[in-house]
Formats: sequence, C-alpha cells, structure tokens
Amino acid sequence: MNTTLESPPAWKQYLARWGWGLGSALLLLVLVLWNYAQNPTSTEAVLASTVRQSTPLVLGALCGLWGERAAVINIGIEGQMLLAAFIGFLVNVWTGNLFLAVIAGVLTGAVLGALLAFMSVTLKIDQIIGGTVINILALGLTGYFYQQGLTTHGKLQAIPLGPLADIPIIGPVFFNNPPITYVTILLVFFSHYLLFYTRWGLRTRAVGEHPRAADTLGVDVYLMRYANVIFGGGIAGLAGAFLTLEAVGSFERAMTNGRGFVALAVMIFGKWTPLGSWGAALLFGFATAMQTQLQFAGLNIPHQFIGMLPYLLTIIVLAGFVGRARPPAADGVPYEKE
Amino acid sequence: MTESASSKENWLRSLWRAVNIPTAAVLLAALIGAVILLISGANPLDAYSALLKGSFGSLDALSRTLEKATPLVFSGLAVAFAFKAGLFNIGAQGQLLLGAITAAVVGFGIHGLPPYIHIPLALTAGAIAGGLFSAIPGALKAYTGAHEVITTIMLNYVAINLTDYLADGPWKDTSPGNIVARTPEIAAAARIPVVAGIPLGFIISLGIAFIAWWLLWRTTLGFEIRTVGLNPHAARYSGMKVARTIILTMVISGLLAGIGGAVETQGVVYRYQPGFNVGLGFDGITIALLGRTHPFGVIPAALLVGAMKAGSSTMQFDAGVAKEITDVVQALILFFVAADMIVRWILRIRAEEGEKITLSTGWGQQ
Amino acid sequence: MSETLALEVRNITKRFPGVLANDGVNFTLRKGEIHSLLGENGAGKSTLMNIIYGLYSPDEGEFFIDGQRIEIKNPHDAITRGIGMVHQHFMLVPVFTVAENIILGSEVTRGFTLDMTRAREEIRALSHEYGLEVDPDAVVEDLPVGIQQRVEIVKALYRRANILVLDEPTAVLTPQEAEDLFRIMRHLTERGVSIIFISHKLKEVLEISDRITVMRRGKVVGTTTPAETDESGLAAMMVGREVVLQVEKGPAHPGEPVFAVRDLHVLDERKLEAVRGISFEVRAGEILGIAGVQGNGQTELAEAITGLRRVESGAITVDGAPVPDRDPRFLFERGMGHIPEDRQKHGLVLPYPVADNLALVAYYKPPFANGIQRNDAAIMENAVRLIDEYDIRTPGPLVPAGNLSGGNQQKVIVARELSRQPRFLLANQPTRGLDVGSIEYIHKQMVAARDNGAAVLLISAELDEVMSLADRIAVIFHGKIVAVVEPGQVTKEQLGLMMAGTPAEEVL
Repeated sequence: MNTTLESPPAWKQYLARWGWGLGSALLLLVLVLWNYAQNPTSTEAVLASTVRQSTPLVLGALCGLWGERAAVINIGIEGQMLLAAFIGFLVNVWTGNLFLAVIAGVLTGAVLGALLAFMSVTLKIDQIIGGTVINILALGLTGYFYQQGLTTHGKLQAIPLGPLADIPIIGPVFFNNPPITYVTILLVFFSHYLLFYTRWGLRTRAVGEHPRAADTLGVDVYLMRYANVIFGGGIAGLAGAFLTLEAVGSFERAMTNGRGFVALAVMIFGKWTPLGSWGAALLFGFATAMQTQLQFAGLNIPHQFIGMLPYLLTIIVLAGFVGRARPPAADGVPYEKE
Repeated sequence: MTESASSKENWLRSLWRAVNIPTAAVLLAALIGAVILLISGANPLDAYSALLKGSFGSLDALSRTLEKATPLVFSGLAVAFAFKAGLFNIGAQGQLLLGAITAAVVGFGIHGLPPYIHIPLALTAGAIAGGLFSAIPGALKAYTGAHEVITTIMLNYVAINLTDYLADGPWKDTSPGNIVARTPEIAAAARIPVVAGIPLGFIISLGIAFIAWWLLWRTTLGFEIRTVGLNPHAARYSGMKVARTIILTMVISGLLAGIGGAVETQGVVYRYQPGFNVGLGFDGITIALLGRTHPFGVIPAALLVGAMKAGSSTMQFDAGVAKEITDVVQALILFFVAADMIVRWILRIRAEEGEKITLSTGWGQQ
Repeated sequence: MSETLALEVRNITKRFPGVLANDGVNFTLRKGEIHSLLGENGAGKSTLMNIIYGLYSPDEGEFFIDGQRIEIKNPHDAITRGIGMVHQHFMLVPVFTVAENIILGSEVTRGFTLDMTRAREEIRALSHEYGLEVDPDAVVEDLPVGIQQRVEIVKALYRRANILVLDEPTAVLTPQEAEDLFRIMRHLTERGVSIIFISHKLKEVLEISDRITVMRRGKVVGTTTPAETDESGLAAMMVGREVVLQVEKGPAHPGEPVFAVRDLHVLDERKLEAVRGISFEVRAGEILGIAGVQGNGQTELAEAITGLRRVESGAITVDGAPVPDRDPRFLFERGMGHIPEDRQKHGLVLPYPVADNLALVAYYKPPFANGIQRNDAAIMENAVRLIDEYDIRTPGPLVPAGNLSGGNQQKVIVARELSRQPRFLLANQPTRGLDVGSIEYIHKQMVAARDNGAAVLLISAELDEVMSLADRIAVIFHGKIVAVVEPGQVTKEQLGLMMAGTPAEEVL
C-alpha cells in the first residue's frame, strides 16, 4: 500500500495498456492503404475476408469474456459452437427457415451454457474439465447424428446497407455483409455498453473480481454466473450458426477447427474487453485472410505450413500477453457460500 | 505414503471407493446411450449385445480389444501423469501423431536390424518425438504462464499439419500406384508381434504403467510433481524448481503419448497414414478421468474404451448402428466421471476428502 | 443515549462441524451506543456478527429490531433492516473506483445506464455529512488501508445503515489511524448510529465503548462498562484465567552475525518498490523483531530473503557469503528455517498427510530419500517423533494436514523448521490467528531456538509480540527501517508513532 503513489497521467496509462495493440493496428492500416493504392480489388477482398474470418472469433471471445467476467472459464466454446452449428443446420434442413435455424443455434449454445454453469457453479467441478466435457460431448453427438447427403435450403445472404455500401474500402468491408456479421458488430458495442455502463455489468464484474464482496451487498453470485454463462453460450451458439448458415451453408464433422480455442486467445489479447477482443479478432481474421492471399501469391510454401499460421499466432499471442493482461481476480474459482 | 500404510482391513472398502463412481458412470452412460439409440430407431439390446460380441465374444475379439486398448493405455497414462502436476495435457493427440510418424520413419528408414533392437529403437524414437513436442507447452507454461490447455490444442493442429506435410512430402510412400498421403510400410523387424493372441504392445503398456506409478509415488521426483500439482506455492517455498518440474512433467507426459503413437504404428497400422490415429489422444482424457488419474486405474479404463472400439464394427454390421454411438457413450462417461457430484447425488454416495487437482485457477498464475 | 434497543438477539446457537461457535448467545444494542464485543480469536465474535449480517444462518435464535421480531436470511435482509457491516477483510473490489464499490448492489440508474454523476454527488454529500472524506473516483487498490476502511463505512451509510458492525477494524491500522477511526465513530453515534465494535485489544475497547460484552468459547461471559472494569479484569473475563502475557526469557548473548541484508530493494506484485533500501544483520543468539503496520513491505522483505521473490538490488549474505537470487534450497542447505506468513499457502500442502508435510523441505535428502527413491519408513519415523515432541494434536501421521486445526497446522510447520535445528530462523507472523495456548508454545520454542544459538528474525504486526520476544526492534515504515531500538527503551506508544511514520528523532 503506497500512500504517496502518484498515478501517471491518463494518456500514459492508456498507452501502456493499449499501445502495443494500437501500434500494430496503425502499422497494419498503413500497409493496407499502401496495398490498396497498388491493387484495390485484392485489398478489398482481403479486408472483407478479414471481417468474415473474424466474426466467429469475436463471437467466441465475447462468449468467453462474459463467462470470465463473472469468473467462469469457458473452455467449451468449441463444443458450443459445434453443436449449435449442427442443430442450426438441421433446423434449416427440416424447416427451410433460416431465421428459425439461427434461433435454434443460439438456443443450443445457451443450453450448453446452462450445462456448463450447472457443472461449474452448482457442482463446482473443475471448470476446465467441465468445458472439456462439453467439447467431447458435442463432438460425439454431432458425429453420431450427422448423416451425409442432407441438403440445405441456402444460406444467409449479404444485405448492402444502401449508399453506405458504396463508400470505398469501408463500404464493401463493413456495410455489405450478411445479417450475423452485422449482429456481431452490434453485439460488440452492446457488450461494451452492458459491461461498463449498466447495473448488470457492474454486478457481473464485481462477481468476477470479488464475489464475497458482491454477496455481502446482496448480489446473487450464482444467479449472475448462471445468467452470464448462458448469455455467453447463446453468443457462441450464434457463432456456430454463422458457420453453417452464413459462411459455409453446410455442416462438416469438427468444422469448428479449433476456433473456440483461438477465440479464448483473442479474448486474452483483447484484455477481457469487448472492443479489445474485436480488434484482436480482426487481427486474427486478417492473418487467416492473408493465408489465402499467400497461397495465391505463388510462394512455394507447402499449404500445411500456411495452415499452421493461425494456430502458431495464437500460441505466440498467449505466450506474449498472458502475463501482461490481468484476468478477473476470481477467474476459475468456484464460489462457496458460507 | 497414503496407500502404503492404509490398513489391510480397509482394503476392500478403499477398492470400492475407487471403483464406485467410474462403474456408476459407465452404467449411466450406457443407459443414456440406450435412450439415444431408441430415439434414433435402433434396438439398444441388439446394439449392445453386438458390441459385447465384437469385443469379448471370441478369442479373436478379445485380441482385438487388447490391440485397441494398447495405445489407449498410453494416452490415458499421458493425461493422468500430467494431471498429477496440475497440468491438463489435451495435446496428447498431437504428441501421439508425432510419435507415430517418427516410429514409422525409423521403421521404414532403417533395414537389417534384428527385432530386439529395431522395435525398441522405433518405440524410443516415437517417445522422444512426443516428449520434445510436449516440452513446448511445458516451457510456455513454466516461463510465460500460457495455459497448456490452449497451447496444446493449438499444437495439435500444428502436429496434424506437420505430419500431413511429412506423409505427403518428404516421407511419402513413392511405390507405384500410391496416390494418398502415407509413409511406406515399416520393416518387418520393427513390427511388434502378437504372441498367443496377446499383442506384445499391451504387455509393454502394463510395464510402463507400473513405472509411472513408481515414479509418482516412490520417488522424490514424483513427490515434487504431486506437490507442484497440489500447491505450487508450497513447492516453491520448499525449494523445488517449479518451472523445471512443470516442463519435466509435460515431457514425460509427451513421452507416454509418443509411445502410444509408436505402438499404434508398429503394432497395428505398420505405417503412418493421416486419419488413422484420430481421437486416440482425446480418448486419453476420458480414460485418465475414468481411471481416477491413477496409472493402475488407467488400464481397466483403457480396456473398456478399447472394447468399445473393437466391438463397434461388429455392432455396425450386426445391428446396423452407426459406430459413432460409442463416441457419444464415451462422452457421457466422461461427463458422469467429471460430474461425479451428479453420480454421488443419484447414488447417495458421500463425497470424500482427497487429493483434488485444480486446473482452472486462471490464465496467468503458476 | 436512549434506553430503546436498536437490536436484540436472543439465544443464538450456531454449530460448525466439530465446533459450537455460538452457544445460546444473547446480545442487545441500544440506540446510539458503542457496544464492544470482546474475545479471543475463535471466541465466536465474528460468527455472531456474520449471523446478524445474514451471512450465516443460525441453528437457533431470534432477532429483534426496534422491538419487532424479524428474520435475517441473507445480507440483503440485513441491509434492508439498516444493518451495515465493515468486515475484517475488506469487502471491496480492488479494481473498482470508490463510487463503484459504494453503489454496487444499490445502484442508481437513468434508464438502463448507471448514473455515476448522481452517485458521486450522493457520496460527496454523505462524506461531508459524516466527516468521512473520500474521493469517489479513486481506484480502491491505490488507497491506503485507513481510507479503504472509510470507504467501507460510507458504503454502509449509503445503504442508510443505522446499525454498524465493525469487525476488528483496528487490526490493520496504526494507533494514530485508529484514533481517527474513534473520532469518526463518536461522530456517527451523535447522529443516531448504533455501533457494534469487535476487538480483542483491551485498551481501545476501554477507550471507546459505552458497554462491553465479553465472549469466550461461543458463550457470553458477561456485559460490563468501562467504568466498572479495567484491563486485567477484562483479560480475566476473556481467557478465564489470569494470563501471563510476558514471555519468560533470559538476556540474549549475541554472537557473530549470521545473516545480513544490505541496501535491499524489492518490488511488489504491481512492480512498485515495496522494500526501499533496507539493511540489517541478525546475530547468532538474538531475536531481531521487525515491527510495522501490515503492508509496509514486510511480506516482500520476507519473501526476498527466503528466496521466494526477486531481489531488485542489494545484497543478502549468510555467514558473509552472498546468497544467489531466488534459491530457497541454497538457504535451507545453509541452515535457514522459515515459518512463512501464510501457512496454508506456502507452509503446507493441505491434502498431504502430516508425515509428508513434516518432510516437505528436506524430502530429497537422507534419511527421507536414498538417491531418487523416497524412504517411507524414515518419513514415518520422523513424523511419529515430531508429533510427540511438538505436541501436534492429530489422529495420526497419515491424516491430511488440512484436517488439523489452525494451531496444530502451525505446529507442524514449527516442528518441521525447528527440528532441522536452523542457524537462522525467519518467523513471519508466526502466531497470527492462533489460540493463546499455541501462541505461548510457539513463543517458547522461538526463545529456545535463540538460546540454542540461532539467529532469529521475527516479523510481526502484533506490537505486544515484538515487544515481548525481540532483543532488538527494527521499525519498518514504507519499505524502510526507520529506527532500531531495544524493547526496554521505548514505550508502545513511541513504537506506534514510528510505525505511523513520525521520524524517530521526534519520538525518542
């Protein structure tokens, strides 16, 4: 406890906290603009692909951060996405109604969220194991029930937002997207507002930092944790729906490909904040988008090595940033009422 | 310490305590599996009896069960061993792949060795490959705090890509007519034989399980590993090198997974071919938890899962049930073992005090 | 002071596994009074308060507020009844601002959005009214302990508490900060707030209370007033017998310096300098006590010199030879004994049997190990011997250490560390939270270690402990040693002033 501690000025603190991310973002921006001057179409393609690739990641990261802000580590995002992708796909096959299919996906994620909450909040099972249970359960269930040859009724199409879509660079990248991508961007800002400016967010953060303190003030710790993990599960479900109903249009076994775990790295890189996670997800999306570019660029690198890139990037980010970012203090610790 | 001195009269009771939850978990999972079979229009009795027939119904079936169980013992040991230091090695899968391909390369690349040298040489090579690969997440955890659950999963994808590349590139089977990604067949001298219906690899796995037990409970290294797992602060206080112990544990865990891959290559597939070892590492998680993260518990757990794998083809053939139902049952077993509170609640078994491992104390702490 | 009762509890009984924490307790609080609840650690004071605040539910008993029978099932019920509590360990979210901490659970909103502007205004008004200045926008973890406590009080007042429970509020304060708190408490009672003040410090209880209720082993021993009793009377009520607080020890015979630190600088978790240039030496056969209010760098100092925390700059030497950075084993090998501050975190592996815990530090050496194999027989033998020698109350050597009481857990550590006959012993808060019996026993063992020629460094927040045990006292303030004195030459008050940062030359 340092009584005479003088805080450095706000802008310095801000720079210390975000400088690294802002710096790299700025560098990327310059590179992209320069590239745009050279070759507008390919740049737009890369950027649009960046946004598409980042969508499941930012959704996964939002799922993770809503759980962890309430001190529940969700390592089952992968499984939540996968089962939601599958159920969404099935509902689309049965009903042909894309809207219903998306809702089904979101609900699936939320139900798995409730299962995770039950395991980690009520039963106080180790949260990492609880999440793994969900992952393996989703893998098993989708593997068993999936039959090849199911035909879909199309996928969600891009909706250009009038004249906004005609703005150079920004237009095609941000304002000419299919619905889940729009919802995702809205969710980022909504999450930011909810987390930092509302009663719900204040209580969630309190429960994640010091549950006993929240409890002594009459905040229901268990309720907050359940609600946030279920809410997060719904978001992961939306990510799953994105995969089958917006990005690919069909289901494949284990199609999530580790995105649920990459999303956790994205969340950590984004320092457990919605806006930070969005920025981190765009960075990851950019790396993935560049994969395709690299493959077309005619470089003589085996495709497997390019395929490793996002995973290696995740490891590097984790190794470099885990120590610097500060997770919610009670993260991963079950709360015992006295 | 704990077990050596527990008195003999309590022996039966402690055995019951060790098996009650896993047994109940398996039965509950089978029950829910039956419900799922019913929903999807199959007859659970037919399915399960076909499964039993395919796994224990004949000497052949039994031999197949042992064969399937062999790599599972190793991946189960790998996960269980890491658990003792509080580490969750989800990367057994990737370590196993590298072990499998390295054993293959030693198997097909070297000729003219006698079996008693070639077999252990290829096994050791596979083990080392797995161990080295597993040192990466160990070092990342020890020095940066990056959680091994994410790094090992990411490394699984790296391993898949890497082995795909090797099997489709430098180590590809160039014999005429081959178009798929796979290595050549290994030399006959590197193949682990089946003696009187018992795969020799299974016997090896029993020996390794014993060594793992001895290491954990009879040596100072094991004491360090378990102390780091139960209370890393106390480990540091008492002068143990926590970072070194974490890395060493991950290396040993990777060695175990690597042997699992090598055994699969040398005893079953006889070459490396992508897609042949899928899921063995993840099965290790179920097996480790079903075996209560104890080396001796891993063996019956691996036999059970091995039996499900061995019998699933018969089940598919005789009862017309997709063999993936065994994956669902396995996932349910894992759920009930992990969620032992549910089982206790259903069966009214009182919770016990014991060595409980905590994995999820956050991301950055060590 | 009126005679109406703000709060009455009747016949409260609360059982924990193996303990009767509250046994038919009756307690009344008059409007506008300060009613102290006095008792040793484990007497049941905190249990009673947690029951009143709804954190525990009692097995039996009734509550009355303003004469009406009520139910208190959870903290929310207590808050709505006007009960506020300042816990011994603050219930503040460190990364939140003062305002966020205060409004949590009773937020003011405009639509869905938190109305922080209004919250700030209300907090400012409250602080002004009660003379409790706090900055609503300061982040709590940056505030000194005394101010954090103020935030806790404001938090209770914000919820319109008119019954305030203060659980050991002075434990973390300097004597001067405590005086400040007493001033605030009197101010609050003038405004109609009734206060329950929990403490085990006799002097301050006599100073501040209108009435005093003493508890012992879960029961109320009696209620008295400061006019009717004095320190020794209260002490007798508390422990049930006349206690000798003085430790019996002969004069020290200091020998050669064994352990020394020179110009030591150490950072804390947040990379701020916590130890700012400390030098001292400990000689064989003496106890050097380090006195200071918690959080003045003691934890970092202790961790640095036992090899648990990185040394930024400066030197640590044993017998004149430099000690490598962060290498506890190097120190143990050269005869260090270490009784750590947090026994459950550092000192023990709770799920391990007592026997393994007794071999925790020397597990790798003969007789506990032969090469790489452990020698279970020797570990058992050692355990049986130490359990007997150090009077560790355990059902057996194979019982998990976690099943033992706090005092016996500490005895396991003391037995382990002293049985290795250390040449240098660091004891950090060795008796915190223990019962009188265990405290006496551990004090005796430490004096015995000194008389056997060990150099002992005692770090303690209990002034009485330092005064009675140490042969020399170094006062630590703000990461620096501000004075080194001998216990006979200073009064407790003088030490208190120095601990609070008053320069030594003004005090002595």
